[in-house]
Amino acid sequence: MPMLEVKGLNVHYGAIHALHGIDIAVEQGQIVTLIGCNGAGKSTTLRTISGLIRPSAGQILFEGKPISGMPAHQIVRLGLAQSPEGRGIFANLTVAENLDMGAFARSDKAQIAKDREHALTLFPRVRERLKQNAGTLSGGEQQMLAMARALMARPRLLLLDEPSLGLAPQIVQTIFKIIREINRDGTTILLVEQNAHMALEVAHHAYVLEVGRIVMADDAKKLAASDEVRKAYLGIG
Amino acid sequence: MPTLIEQARSNKPAAASILPRAIWPLLVGLAIGALMFYVIGPGMGDYPSKIVLIAGINIILAVSLTVVNGFTGQFSMGHAGFMAVGGYVAATITYYGSMKLFGSADPAGGVLSFTGGADKPTALARWGDALFIGSCLMGGVGAAIAGYIVGLPSLRLRGDYLAIVTLGFGEIVRVLLQGTHEQIQPWRVEDALAKPVYELAISLGGPKGFQLLPTYTTLFWVYLFVVVTLIICYRVKNSSTGRAFLSIREDEIAAQAMGVDITKYKVRAFVLAAFFAGVAGGLYAMDIGAINAGDLGFLKSFDIIIMVVLGGMGSISGAALAAIILTILPELLRNPPPVWPVGLVLIALIAGVSSYRKRFRWKPIIVIAIASTLLEVGRQIALSKGINVADFRLILYALLLITMMLVRPQGIFGIHEIWEILPGYARREAARNGARGGSQGGKP
Ligand SMILES: Nc1ncnc2c1ncn2[C@@H]1O[C@H](COP(=O)(O)OP(=O)(O)O)[C@@H](O)[C@H]1O
Ligand SMILES: [Mg+2]
Repeated sequence: MPMLEVKGLNVHYGAIHALHGIDIAVEQGQIVTLIGCNGAGKSTTLRTISGLIRPSAGQILFEGKPISGMPAHQIVRLGLAQSPEGRGIFANLTVAENLDMGAFARSDKAQIAKDREHALTLFPRVRERLKQNAGTLSGGEQQMLAMARALMARPRLLLLDEPSLGLAPQIVQTIFKIIREINRDGTTILLVEQNAHMALEVAHHAYVLEVGRIVMADDAKKLAASDEVRKAYLGIG
Repeated sequence: MPTLIEQARSNKPAAASILPRAIWPLLVGLAIGALMFYVIGPGMGDYPSKIVLIAGINIILAVSLTVVNGFTGQFSMGHAGFMAVGGYVAATITYYGSMKLFGSADPAGGVLSFTGGADKPTALARWGDALFIGSCLMGGVGAAIAGYIVGLPSLRLRGDYLAIVTLGFGEIVRVLLQGTHEQIQPWRVEDALAKPVYELAISLGGPKGFQLLPTYTTLFWVYLFVVVTLIICYRVKNSSTGRAFLSIREDEIAAQAMGVDITKYKVRAFVLAAFFAGVAGGLYAMDIGAINAGDLGFLKSFDIIIMVVLGGMGSISGAALAAIILTILPELLRNPPPVWPVGLVLIALIAGVSSYRKRFRWKPIIVIAIASTLLEVGRQIALSKGINVADFRLILYALLLITMMLVRPQGIFGIHEIWEILPGYARREAARNGARGGSQGGKP
């Protein structure tokens, strides 16, 4: 049984039909990526999975349990955390307070302290800036903080929405290296990206989303080698 | 490294840790209340101590509204409505309760009431203070219930919509209270005794207001509640609940993604603030000896909002300071004293300090000099023409707000407490954290 299963998901924003019945499965231990152009519906998919938007039809199963329609604050407690698009950091709180907020849903103090240590080891740049207001961080540092904060929820499934958005190539490299490390430590990841090149390189499995429909789904390496993806998303051939 | 929430908890002075968390604010409150009542009040004379008392009530109002408008970032415009609900509940219980229990609506003694109780014949009469304070607490509870009823549906709304709903709430409260029946006058105790409680509860004076209430409010009670309000709100700010409030203000979506049930926490902030507003309403009614819903409409809410905005959206000490300033300011304006000596002292200070630091600063000195001159000219004109400057209070507030929004939109203190922005705070804090980290053997 996949860890996360999305079946026939439909989402409307008023009259706009953003998702037309999409199906996604995320196997435990993997990095699964969802690539697509601007406006394809990637963020909508993630927001619906994490409960920030209610679907108009379809099912979402997390570890076999139906979670569609459940409020976001309960879904976090099931072990599913997200680093939202645009990072959503709390600009007027310090970096340390942002991290504390990541563990808001938890009460196991000893384990929180360990997870914090672990997150700060993964993101040394964040550790250097603990006392600073999060709004004063650079874009790359904010992205790192958003990911570290999501890890503070001790998720079994981590949803990442465009972690490379607007970052310098070198920082993108660092971020993807850390994504791999997080996955190697045992966290399953659903990664949404426009940067298909990097995403297909780290992912095990991949889906291609076009205007609210899944048009391709395969092993990430195979997709990266396919003609359609090379043309449309990698700008090759 | 301990989390900030734990740090906040361990910030208590050492002596406090041997007392239960709930007791020591009360003890501090009792001590400060007694100090105000026995020493500072009598030392100041009647008129100044009256203003200090009103300042205390305004501190409670401003600090409690800070929880909603400051910490949680929800723009409530109905705080005076909660004050009215609490004030009327407290007034009803005290007034009719006095008639039922003591056979008269006069203040019935009590050690700390300023009317004294020596001439009251029965032992029961000394319980007047207990009745009064119990009814203020009930006023708080009544306002909190109103806060819950209004908050639950309306806090799903955002921004402007919430402001409109709370504005509407305040007006509804005012209209309902002004539509109540004639009050039963103090000299007709038999009538009151004969009537059932529910009828008394709607005989609140209508448009004329609820009058001739026993005046129990003293500096003692006001400052006891000021201290309790300050300590509770400060604790809330540094608790996980406070963290949830702040995260909602910063980014509702992200807060939800962190597992914050945003509606629950917004309602919690609303209920807490309403409770203190209700208590303040009780203190206010039994200070003046009357309460009129007509005085507690939108303008009163606006006065409180200005205190919060001026102090800094989320600074408890800032709101308290702004409440004090904005209570004293209209009084000073009635008969404005010259401000240029203060300006001179400030200029001397700045000149002294900045030349001592070898970085002489002209800009603030020029600004202060011009401001002092303008104020003095204005004062002379007002004096010679016999203009009452206090009448222009609202214009002055509006100018103050506009200037504030232009120069410092986050309020004087932003979300920080006054002591946090004093020079050297960051250094001391770092030193203390360093020491603590070391003693626990934790990593930095
Ligand atoms: N809050 C919203 N209200 C209305 N339409 C929206 C909203 N958010 C997204 N959309 C629309 O839904 C579609 C998918 O958007 P989104 O999921 O953000 O795409 P992506 O993340 O792939 O760039 C787009 O057409 C977008 O305009
Ligand atoms: Mg997107």
